[in-house]
Amino acid sequence: MEPTAIIGVGMTSIEANKVRDTFADMVWEAVGKALGDAGMTIDDIDNVVTTSNDFWDGRTISCMAVGDASGARHKNVSCVEGDGTFGAFYGLTRILSGAYGTTLVTAHSKGSESASSLITNAAFDPIYARALGMDMITASALQATAYQHRTGTTAEQMAMVSVKNHGNAMANPLAQLPMDIAVDDVLQSDMIADPLHKLDCSPVSDGCCAIVIASESRVSKYPGKPVWIAGVSFCSDAYFLGDRDLSRARSLSSAAQRAFAMAGIANPAAEINVAEVYDAFTYQELMWLEAMGLCEDGKAGVRLAEGDFHIGARLPVNPSGGLLSGHPVIAAGLIRIAEVVKQLRGEAGAYQTPGARLGVAQGVNGLCGQSHCVWVLRRDK
Amino acid sequence: MHDTLADVEPLVYKSQINVPYKWWAGETASRFFIALRDEKKILGTRCACCGRVYVPPRKVCPSCFTENTDWVTVSDQGVLLTYTVARRQLAALPGKAPAFFGLVKLDGADTALLHHLGEVEEAELRIGMRVKAEFAANRKGTIRDIAYFKPVQ
Repeated sequence: MEPTAIIGVGMTSIEANKVRDTFADMVWEAVGKALGDAGMTIDDIDNVVTTSNDFWDGRTISCMAVGDASGARHKNVSCVEGDGTFGAFYGLTRILSGAYGTTLVTAHSKGSESASSLITNAAFDPIYARALGMDMITASALQATAYQHRTGTTAEQMAMVSVKNHGNAMANPLAQLPMDIAVDDVLQSDMIADPLHKLDCSPVSDGCCAIVIASESRVSKYPGKPVWIAGVSFCSDAYFLGDRDLSRARSLSSAAQRAFAMAGIANPAAEINVAEVYDAFTYQELMWLEAMGLCEDGKAGVRLAEGDFHIGARLPVNPSGGLLSGHPVIAAGLIRIAEVVKQLRGEAGAYQTPGARLGVAQGVNGLCGQSHCVWVLRRDK
Repeated sequence: MHDTLADVEPLVYKSQINVPYKWWAGETASRFFIALRDEKKILGTRCACCGRVYVPPRKVCPSCFTENTDWVTVSDQGVLLTYTVARRQLAALPGKAPAFFGLVKLDGADTALLHHLGEVEEAELRIGMRVKAEFAANRKGTIRDIAYFKPVQ
């Protein structure tokens, strides 16, 4: 792959209810921050990719609602429906095509303005499954049960993910739910759907993220500090839950293997310095780490209990606090990329991983991690 | 810093999207639902290439990318692969919580069917338990023609 870099990132704060921000307000704020971060103006942006979901936004062609706020007027603008990592992938390929030197990618959603359970129920097949009344939480609960059964991961180990990530969020001024909690607080929180307690689940959130990707020849034209894209890949599994082994994430393993191979990484568990993964639920952080080869299969809970994934340890995972501390869907994966960029620049403040050179960010689309997008980022070219 | 919105009342507009849809179920799902409704039989399709039997039936094998043309009747009994009990009154639930959900691999099928579990105590639930389809008394040609899967006694 020709050298490309992320040269600007911008995030709004993540909140339970951004009552005074419209979608466009959030995008305007994040885009302004990303351009400022890169030392660019909107005139330096060659094309725009917005990422949104019509159901979440409650309007058809939801991307058009944020075109003006993302400076897309009179530019080539396209939209991706799905997680922001997939929007960023599309934005990257537009640069690799040679047609554009810079791409602005945005991703937004306001979970507070609709009903998550009804929207995620609509992700199920309308003929075979929707009438059963499942949603993202109950589907994930099925997966958590299967994962625990196969690996022996305990409720306490899952709870430790929540304790770690809410604790990490206390150092992140943009996080929605910084909390100093203990394992018992998680286990004693309401059971939503076995085995997922309330504090095993990410909250409903509002937020937006924007990044600027640039070709090598354009990177040097702007003062922003580049972080280089070393490898990126995405892969999808079967749509129907009953067609997959839900206790495993085969598509994530495939995506990660390809992304690490592109980056020339033979042993990701030893070489990656920091990871921001899609912890929509506690068990997912553990499951995704194993599927990406960042931990032995079935042992992530044990390694977490030993402290391996805490800030300052060998591999800090979700030092920003992750999605458990704020989960604006669609923006969620793009925020993972932006957080890794901050880490590799040494700009993550109180949750910085000292000397991080190589990081990985992961995004998910679909029920129970049907598809995954993996980004390997490098500090040095 | 002066908050420019300090004096602006946040106005929130309530609305909803209420659009009726009707979907042709397709020839494959139609055969499946007609067999449930009229014969209390559970059908699957078999891939001639890999031999996998898909329940619910699929027109195309997602693994081989070939058309499934063989129909088979699978058992109304099978094994529970995973489960959950929804305790919160989530908006998507069709009835009152708690609601029991599971993935059931029927004997003769290679994939699992997503459905409700019924006539079961929480303490009984375990992966690997044998379950059996309980058909609805009033069947209309939908996935709810199976009321739920219950433990095999």
